[in-house]
Amino acid sequence: MTATGIGAPVRRKEDQRFVTGQGRYVDDFNRPGQAYAYFLRSPHAHAAIRSIDTGPALVMPGVLAVFTGDDLAADKIGGLICGWMIHSKDGSPMKAGPHPALAQDKVRYVGDHVAVVIAETLAQAKDAAEAIVVDYDVLPAVVETAEAQNSSVQVHDVSSDNTVFNWHLGDKDATDAAFAQAKHVTKIDLVNNRLVPNPIEPRAALGEYDPGTDNYTLYTTSQNPHVARLVLSAFIGVAPEHKLRVIAPDVGGGFGSKIFIYAEETVCVWAAKKVKRPVKWTSDRTEAFLSDAHGRDHVTRAELATDDSGKILGLRVHTIANLGAYLSTFSSSVPTYLYAPLLSGQYDIPAIYCEVDGVYTNTAPVDAYRGAGRPEATFVVERLVEKTARELGQDPAEFRRRNYITQFPHQTPVIMAYDTGDYAASLDKALELADFANFSERKRDSARRGRLRGIGFSSYIEACGIAPSQAVGSLGAGVGLWESAEVRVNPTGSVEVLTGSHSHGQGHETTFAQLVSDRLGIPIDQVSIVHGDTDKVQFGMGTYGSRSGAVGMSAIAKALDKVIAKGKKVAAHVLEAAEGDIEFKDGKFGVAGTDRALGFGEVALQAYIAHKFSGQDLEPGLKEGAFYDPTNFTFPAGVHICEVEIDPDTGVTTIERWTAVDDFGVIINPMIVEGQVHGGIAQGVGQALLEGAVYDQSGQLVTASFNDYCMPRAADLPSFQVDVTVTPCPSNPLGIKGCGEAGAIAAPPAVINAITDALGHEDISMPATPQAVWRAVRKAHMPMAAE
Amino acid sequence: MTTVSLTVNGQSVTADVDPRTLLVQFLRENLRLTGTHVGCDTSQCGACVVHLNGQAVKACTVLAVQADASVVTTIEGLAQGGELHPMQAAFREHHGLQCGYCTPGMIMAAVDMVNRKGSNLDEQTIRAELEGNLCRCTGYHNIVKAVAAGAQAMVQNPVRQAAE
Repeated sequence: MTATGIGAPVRRKEDQRFVTGQGRYVDDFNRPGQAYAYFLRSPHAHAAIRSIDTGPALVMPGVLAVFTGDDLAADKIGGLICGWMIHSKDGSPMKAGPHPALAQDKVRYVGDHVAVVIAETLAQAKDAAEAIVVDYDVLPAVVETAEAQNSSVQVHDVSSDNTVFNWHLGDKDATDAAFAQAKHVTKIDLVNNRLVPNPIEPRAALGEYDPGTDNYTLYTTSQNPHVARLVLSAFIGVAPEHKLRVIAPDVGGGFGSKIFIYAEETVCVWAAKKVKRPVKWTSDRTEAFLSDAHGRDHVTRAELATDDSGKILGLRVHTIANLGAYLSTFSSSVPTYLYAPLLSGQYDIPAIYCEVDGVYTNTAPVDAYRGAGRPEATFVVERLVEKTARELGQDPAEFRRRNYITQFPHQTPVIMAYDTGDYAASLDKALELADFANFSERKRDSARRGRLRGIGFSSYIEACGIAPSQAVGSLGAGVGLWESAEVRVNPTGSVEVLTGSHSHGQGHETTFAQLVSDRLGIPIDQVSIVHGDTDKVQFGMGTYGSRSGAVGMSAIAKALDKVIAKGKKVAAHVLEAAEGDIEFKDGKFGVAGTDRALGFGEVALQAYIAHKFSGQDLEPGLKEGAFYDPTNFTFPAGVHICEVEIDPDTGVTTIERWTAVDDFGVIINPMIVEGQVHGGIAQGVGQALLEGAVYDQSGQLVTASFNDYCMPRAADLPSFQVDVTVTPCPSNPLGIKGCGEAGAIAAPPAVINAITDALGHEDISMPATPQAVWRAVRKAHMPMAAE
Repeated sequence: MTTVSLTVNGQSVTADVDPRTLLVQFLRENLRLTGTHVGCDTSQCGACVVHLNGQAVKACTVLAVQADASVVTTIEGLAQGGELHPMQAAFREHHGLQCGYCTPGMIMAAVDMVNRKGSNLDEQTIRAELEGNLCRCTGYHNIVKAVAAGAQAMVQNPVRQAAE
């Protein structure tokens, strides 16, 4: 390992600009003549629009234009799309209602887009929005996930009972048979609470139109600028693909919420041409709460069947997944193919059957949020496994170990073919690091101080990458899930890598450069990573699903192999040797068995001056591209152990210890990987203890600011003990599995298993706030007081 | 419009502003000092922390006219002579940032914490003192390490803070 190669904890190249305030986020860009957009949003969860009078707004100071859904329709601007087709059990396609960027006829959630004002200043746009007169016929709203299918309220005409799809996976008959022969069945009812992603940078969009060239430019907070361009051009139709440049510069966190193509960027690009001025919109935090796609929101009943020795026989799951008022870009895939295929966990389960009902409600659209389906699956499996072990009187760790998959490859009953792993190794290491042997002593010590101590496990698996394009196509995806790279070697030997991945906190400018440095033997500062601009970078799929290492870097590795192969041809001419005798090692092209060699930079120069070979036999230049399509999902897995102490008088839960042992395969930069784990755990602990989006019965979001929605702060979290085990991923050239979502997937059941262990009963939901825990303590210890 | 005159990162500036202009808007839009960020509208997130007359304030909670005749330091003014401030260097060394959006506010709050609390900061103190700053990426683990290390480095390498 070199100081900057694979495996080195290289300090990040991008940090110089971030710590000095020189980062460039979308809102930091300002274009000459720029005007400002402000969206008038629906104050009602469900209403018919009788009329919109924009006249009073149009005469307000500074107003350039006011547009409504009719204006978009007149220009034949299409609605927003959902790019993953799900079919119900009966084979019928999901029921996708129309999703116009600006509402037509009806609004379906608080925050739905009614009109946009374009003005000289933001303050003027806001003032004018207040002057728009909208005549609403307010309708009753349906809000609760579990009630959507029985409600008299109908969100979309296409679905009479608000059901988007009744989907299933697995073998129902085999699962029923497994339950019939079970000695023990454990049942659990779970709510996976709705979350708001809340990257600290709010979404923003800046659209610009150049009439001279007929070119459009969109600066936007996107995790996948090429996908945004494709959807905006091919489906929504705001501009032809080759005429639209999408720039996603520094992006301040995404966590999934910046994958999707929203109304605001659609309108900004379109309106820039209408008003002949650049148009900028920056979300405020309240707008972000109202209109960013939310995450999770499942109601689940699950059952686990075991034999008399504690061997798992079968798993049965029924989930209602709230998809909100409209189908967001990838929403339909999250509670289906990103969820049910993970229900085997780390366990050898012979039979699994899962049914999922996706439902509409009058709430913000729900889509992928860090983990996307996998946290929901892990919460079901790990809560159920823990509860089963307790009911059987078995040690939860040993119950898991008894049921671990130990032979690989392993075909689960729910699509996945796990390629490799050593789950017991992670468990053993985690038990040791968590000092599990002395837990009971610590519990006694807590009890002496009047506190309740509990320990909880989460033995999670996830699937990253995401998967072979052919496979996801057969499951309904509208896109392929490969990644692209181009490696441009300059005549001086420095290198630019153009990647279709996008970095919004992951540190690609460093880790991708480490790979190049490692492979080409050049210093890391001779490498630039270019991303986030469709005019610079070839088509790419972007960053989500922990895919940029396993897929994005594999594309770079493939392109680097081609660069080295071409370099050997050039070196063979210059060194007057047979191509087969050229070796590339330690940054030098040499003739095997001799001391004749050329440095990488010398070969780069020779490739471009082309003096030593015929340009007809060998093309000049040194630039290679690659598209890498994965051959399987990758399967990161690990064990997290959470130890909590509860103050029964206040209900406050304190996390005393957090131990994480993860298997991410080969690690490029351990410092960055640990940081990803820390951040994921924090979001998972947030879900378990603090966070929850709450709508009242009328559909008002009552948690629409940081005052009301409890984000994890420094004092809410401990320092984490993070370690790894390594089984290299066999399905990609680098052995990488992915690490971005693991913490958020592992953490919630670890926390709740610890709290229920401390309480001595299972009756607590997320978020386990002090109030909820205080009530649960009363229920456990003072049954009368709980009445 | 109202005229404001103040010193920002050692430079005197005078401008006519709408009286409702917030200090953070003035910094970002009038002076194009875009290192100070806006992450919320309720003074909860701390992405906009700057130093006003040597003390940390949330620039979204101060009107530009209130800063008249004051001395303001933003993240752009922290490094001196091309060298990172010790707290900036500590955030880089300890991977105390990921997306970088909360980072300017975190660093300005951390420097203020050292100015108020001294350089020997234990974990509990740092976590409690960071209550006004949200980070969604790091889980705070490495921010806490960075602040502790940066605090020590500020004593070992005292730097003059511009005009404070």
